[in-house]
Amino acid sequence: MGIEEKLPAGFLLSTIEGLAGYMRKSSMWPATFGLACCAIEMMAVGTPDYDIARFGMERFSATPRQADLMIVAGRVSQKMAPVVRQVYDQMPNPKWVISMGVCASSGGMFNNYAIVQGVDHIIPVDIYLPGCPPRPEMLLNAIITLHEQIQAMPLGVNREEAARVAEAAALAATPTHAMKGLLA
Amino acid sequence: MSRPVPGSGDGRPTSSSSSVPERQGGGIADFLAPLGGFGVTFATMFRKVLTEEYPEVKRPTEARYHGRHQLNRHPDGLEKCIGCELCAWACPADAILVEGASNDDTPIAEGGTGRFSPGERFGRVYQINYLRCIFCGLCIEACPTRALTMTNVYELADNNRGDLIFTKDQLLAPVQEGMLPSPHPMVDGMEERDYYLGKVTGSTREQEAWAHDHADEVASLESNRR
Repeated sequence: MGIEEKLPAGFLLSTIEGLAGYMRKSSMWPATFGLACCAIEMMAVGTPDYDIARFGMERFSATPRQADLMIVAGRVSQKMAPVVRQVYDQMPNPKWVISMGVCASSGGMFNNYAIVQGVDHIIPVDIYLPGCPPRPEMLLNAIITLHEQIQAMPLGVNREEAARVAEAAALAATPTHAMKGLLA
Repeated sequence: MSRPVPGSGDGRPTSSSSSVPERQGGGIADFLAPLGGFGVTFATMFRKVLTEEYPEVKRPTEARYHGRHQLNRHPDGLEKCIGCELCAWACPADAILVEGASNDDTPIAEGGTGRFSPGERFGRVYQINYLRCIFCGLCIEACPTRALTMTNVYELADNNRGDLIFTKDQLLAPVQEGMLPSPHPMVDGMEERDYYLGKVTGSTREQEAWAHDHADEVASLESNRR
């Protein structure tokens, strides 16, 4: 992005990381992406009763190009999947995704051929939020959890290092199809 | 008809039925009109704020709210779950996994696997996938021993799917005053039905002595249980 990507690792970079994290977390704009009943609760979060603007999310952006948080609210059908991906691709970096509700997170009770079994099959998800639908407080809780994650986000060389570590961990991890757990 | 005819009369502005937008009042009123609008804004400052200050002040849910589950215990600390899997069968989203096992009263030192609930069976594995669970409460209705109930806890967001599969140690109710953590023997002279008739009110001295004497064995049992 900018000059912060060129800084050497050290106290200067970590100071800027803290500052950038604070700025980023307190000025997120969500994209409107209501797909089903969870969208009703998501809209409720926008009302004065819960007032998402307290967290710097002044409005739901109607264009993905002005948004950096995607709240996938509802079940994603196979037909909708490419649209979800395109909307995600249109969002500028840095961007985050909250998978709101069980349908978006894992398919929920719709374990059938029409529904994508978790939106993380299509796009990387930062926060999974259970509930059917989650109450507005649960969404606020997910947003606060995401804020903590963004505040700790590394920049520049630190980010490259973190990405390398994450990639190594992902390569070493058991692939999903080989997992023999009790619940999937 | 007393209605004035538009355009008639002495050329003064006519009243409401005119097609031309009507302007009430004079220059001063026009000047003060925006202030009237701000008056609404200003008065709102003194009204009660409706917004819920969520992370700082949490509005309590209704008592009947369907939050995350809890596996209850008998008053002496034995688990109420008998591993019957009725909750798993009732679940419309297939979010629950139960594997039952038999309680074993042979001493642990002689290869016994311990007693976790009164009666024959207990839930050895109990998992709820909160990314499938729709909090409908059918599992609670299905439970024959009131082992599974729902709390009002709703803060469940996490950043990976694995951690949202809750296991038995996360779901079990905390050990309260007068309880002993399972496994341990049943109360002396009581049988399974007495637990459900409410005759057991807490752990007895014999049970506490047993738990004290067999702490090491129980610890070794816990480690190879999962």
